[in-house]
Parts: sequence; structure tokens; C-alpha cells
Amino acid sequence: MLKDITLGQYFPGDTVVHRLDPRTKLILTVVYIAALFLVNTWGGYALVIAALAAVTAVAHIKPRAMLRGLKPLVFIIVFTGLLNLFFTRGDDVLFQWRFIHITYTGLNRAVSMVLRVMLLVSGTFLLTYTTSPLAITDGLERLLSPLNKLHVPVYELSLMMCIALRFIPTLIEETDRIMSAQKARGADLETGTLPERAKALLPLLIPLFISAFRRADELALAMECRCYNGGQGRTRMKELRMAGRDAVAFILGGLLVAGILVLRRLGI
Amino acid sequence: MSLIEIRGLTHVYSRGTPFEKTAIDNINLTIEAGGAVALIGHTGSGKSTLISHLNALLKPDSGTVLLDGEDIFASKAAMRAARFRVGVVFQYPEYQLFEETVAADIAYGPKNLKLPQEEIGRRVREAAAFVGFPEDRFDRSPLELSGGQKRRVAIAGVLAMEPELLVLDEPTAGLDPAGREDLLEKLFAWKNASGGTILLVTHDMSIANRCDRLIVMEEGRIALDGTPEAVFAHSDKLLSIGLDLPAAARIAGLLREQGVAVPQGVYAIEQLAAAILALRGKGGAPC
Ligand SMILES: Nc1ncnc2c1ncn2[C@@H]1O[C@H](COP(=O)(O)OP(=O)(O)OP(=O)(O)O)[C@@H](O)[C@H]1O
Ligand SMILES: [Mg+2]
Repeated sequence: MLKDITLGQYFPGDTVVHRLDPRTKLILTVVYIAALFLVNTWGGYALVIAALAAVTAVAHIKPRAMLRGLKPLVFIIVFTGLLNLFFTRGDDVLFQWRFIHITYTGLNRAVSMVLRVMLLVSGTFLLTYTTSPLAITDGLERLLSPLNKLHVPVYELSLMMCIALRFIPTLIEETDRIMSAQKARGADLETGTLPERAKALLPLLIPLFISAFRRADELALAMECRCYNGGQGRTRMKELRMAGRDAVAFILGGLLVAGILVLRRLGI
Repeated sequence: MSLIEIRGLTHVYSRGTPFEKTAIDNINLTIEAGGAVALIGHTGSGKSTLISHLNALLKPDSGTVLLDGEDIFASKAAMRAARFRVGVVFQYPEYQLFEETVAADIAYGPKNLKLPQEEIGRRVREAAAFVGFPEDRFDRSPLELSGGQKRRVAIAGVLAMEPELLVLDEPTAGLDPAGREDLLEKLFAWKNASGGTILLVTHDMSIANRCDRLIVMEEGRIALDGTPEAVFAHSDKLLSIGLDLPAAARIAGLLREQGVAVPQGVYAIEQLAAAILALRGKGGAPC
């Protein structure tokens, strides 16, 4: 089923991590990604893994769900690993056969690149797993609001993103539904030559486009009926407010960065 | 041999996530050829999930479906073959129309069957006639039709495949009473003319009442199964599931509470009228 795609899915919950202000989580995710590129020691990786595992546990996310999130990226991860393993030059050769050289440096770099990609992706997943798409857009809008002064239409952009996110599940559901209906009429989407298969997609795409336009129309009408007139002077029902836990989160994030820097300096 | 035999069918959505949901749970059921069966149940009881297994659109987590004794999930070819023998019309089928003309849309299923051109033409005309869609409007775009007409065209698209079992998920949802009545009559007429079998998913007890068998689902299991009389006799059970009795049965119950001697087993308007007339003929309670 299309619906089983987890990439960027939100798992509702009521843990401290879920309740953090989305701005806090966004900033900390960016800091985390930047810090990840400062890590160059095994001790550093161990620290980051420990931190990630701790947050995952506090957020009640099953390790299995985290791993499943990595599945679509297996190809990239393996590719990165192999590229580094085989194409790193060095004199500390571990293994040699014909034109294949595996060096200790290469092995080292392959493992650390793979770790880095996996940690990067899992870290961002932690954000989307614990923060609803609406909260993320809300947080982004607030964080980017200074750009308004530069005439960047931050509000409109975030509204667009919000609507797009809102309709992704709807469109997936709709695709599933139309696909079922056409398959029930004997549509064959899996076999045939490429042009045949492209043609077989028409019965799927046409109703999907029609219904997407219909939905867009209905949404625009509904917004106009409620006197929507853009971002100027709009107030919100749920104000974002930083709380004590956000301060704690920032302090812990700072400690993580400090820890990484210390380990880097010490070379552990 | 029964037309359809469902054995221990279980389907779990989103297994292994916090959204895990057992939509149908160990369903055992047989459907004989030639009947009209109604499948009723509360929202979310698993009706749509169950019927999506009948033509192998969903694969079960355990259990299987036998069509004429053969496992429909045995191979890809078997799954596709089942789709041509079990026609499923999903909820709000009007959103699946895509061709430029009504006739082309109805012909989509038969075309997938790779039938010869004249045979396709014959089936399109017959299917359109069954649902009462006039032939002089075959060249219209399906998008220009009214909602009720679109629904008819969509149903004709499945009828044109000449299925042995026709499954319809809430075929009358959103139609006006006259349109509903008309569509039902046409569906039953199709069944009688073609000798096919009908499985209707519905919330409407007066529709269920016209079928010769009722299957009631609750939370992914079968709660009641039998003739309308047998099922409606369990009125407490039906009400506790959140389902209703047919209007005539409710009126009969209220009359009985008022001391009017309406006999048990009255479920259809005609039966109720006859019962009341019989009482008046006897000079019984004034009504
Ligand atoms: N694609 C899906 N992914 C996850 N859960 C689903 C999916 N489809 C249905 N469900 C869940 O499975 C259960 C049964 O759904 P189903 O659609 O079979 O019910 P139904 O009896 O047809 O209801 P209705 O009368 O509203 O059409 C529901 O709880 C529903 O939330
Ligand atoms: Mg349903």
C-alpha cells in the first residue's frame, strides 16, 4: 500500500519531545546537523549515537520505526560506503587484489560516512516523527518572519507548504482509491512495455488531476467564504510559546556540541 | 460448490506502526451463486476491507478466498482472473471516470479483457441499457453528466465486464429517494436477467430487507448472518451495534408497545400495511 510509506511521517504522542516548541526542535535539528559534520572521532560518534538513542527513547519511538525510516535510503547509504571503501587512496593497504585496493583510511572513511548519513537522516526523522507537519510550518514561518522585511512572502510560502502537506495524505488516499477502482476493471499497471505502461497510467492520472483541481477549487471557495484575505494582521488560535523545557533542550543541545568539540580536540 | 468461500480471512493495516489496525479478523463465510446478499455494519466495521479481498485488490495477512474452489491469491494470473469474474463497484465510483466519452469509459473493462470489437460494442450497449443510460448520449463527456448519471455510467463500466459476482459498496449513497429506488430495481433486474450474484454493502436497512441474506459486521467480525427475518429478530443486538431496524419494524414495535396486536416478523412496509389492514378488517384496535 502506498500509505505505508513512512518517510517524514508524524507519529502522534504526548512526550516531552512532542511538546517542545517546534522552533526549538527546528533550531536544534539544524545545530545537530552542523555538529555532525564536526565529528571526526569514534568517541564523537558514540556520543551522538547515545544522544540520539536517548531522545528516541524519551519520545517513545520504537527503534524499529527508526530503522524502517532508513529503508528507502539503503541504496544511497550502501553506495556512499562502497565509494569511500574502494576509491580512497592511501599507503596503509589492508587488502589488494588486481585493481582493487582497500586501505585502512578507506575503511575508516567508509564507516564514518555511512554512520554520518544514517545519523543525519535519523536525526531529521526524529523531528518529523515527533512534530506534526502543521507545527513544523508554523515554526518555520515564525523563524523566517524577519525575512518579511526583505519582501519575502513568508506567510504565503508557509501557507502553500501547509496546504501541500495537508493534501499529500489525501492525494495518496485518492490515488489508492482510483487505482483500486481501475484495477477492479482489469487495469494492468505492472506488465507491458514502457509506452504501454505509461498509457496504462492515464486512467489513473486523469481522475486524479480532475479531483485535485476540484479540491483546490473547493478549498479556495471555502477560504473566501470565511473572508480569508491573506496574512496581514492575522492572529492565531494556538500561539507558539517557549517554555522551561525548551530552555532545558537548548542547554542539552549546547552540551552535546561542547562534548563533540572537546572530543574533537582530544582526538578520542 | 459455493461461488465464494472465505476462510479465516484477516487483514491488518499499517502493521508494526502505532496506527496498526486489524480491520477484519478471521472471517469465515460462503456465498452461493444466484443470491442477493447485503453486508451491513457500522462505519469502520471492515466492510470495504472485506470486499477488496474478493477480487484480490488487497492481500490478506492470513486466510484466503476461494472462487469456485480455487485460491484467488495463488498467482498473479489468478488474481487478475478473479477481477474479471468478481466485479467490484467502490464507494462513489463516479470519480473513476476518465475517458472522453461515456461509451469509451464503459468499454474500458471489456477492452482490458481483450474482447473483439463487436463484442465490446454489444456489452457496452447492454450494460448502459441495464442501468438506464440512453444510447443517444454515448458521445457525451462523462464529466458533463450529473452525479447520478455518472454513478450509472460507472456501474455500467463494471457490468460490461459481465461478472459472476457483482459487489457494490454503498451504491445508493448520495442519491435522491427516486434515484435510489430506480437504481436498486435495475440492479435486481440485472441479477435476474444475467443469473449473477449480488453483494450489496449498505447502511440502509430498507435496502438490506430486499436481499435474501443479511450479513452483519461488527469490529471486523461477523456478528449476525441469516435471512432478513432471522437477523431483524435480534433487534437488541442490532441496536447495540449501532444499527437500525427497518422503518416498518420500528413502527410495528411502537404499535405493539401501544397495545396494538401487530404480529411479530413484520419488516417491510407492505407487510406492515397488510397487518394493519387485517386488524381493521377484524374490527380490532382503532387505527
Ligand atoms: N488504507 C488504510 N490504512 C489504514 N487503516 C485503514 C485503511 N483503510 C481502512 N482502515 C481502517 O480499517 C477499518 C475498517 O475500514 P473499512 O473501510 O473496511 O470500514 P467500512 O466498514 O467500509 O466503513 P464505512 O461504512 O465507513 O465505509 C477502519 O477502522 C479504518 O480506519
Ligand atoms: Mg466502506
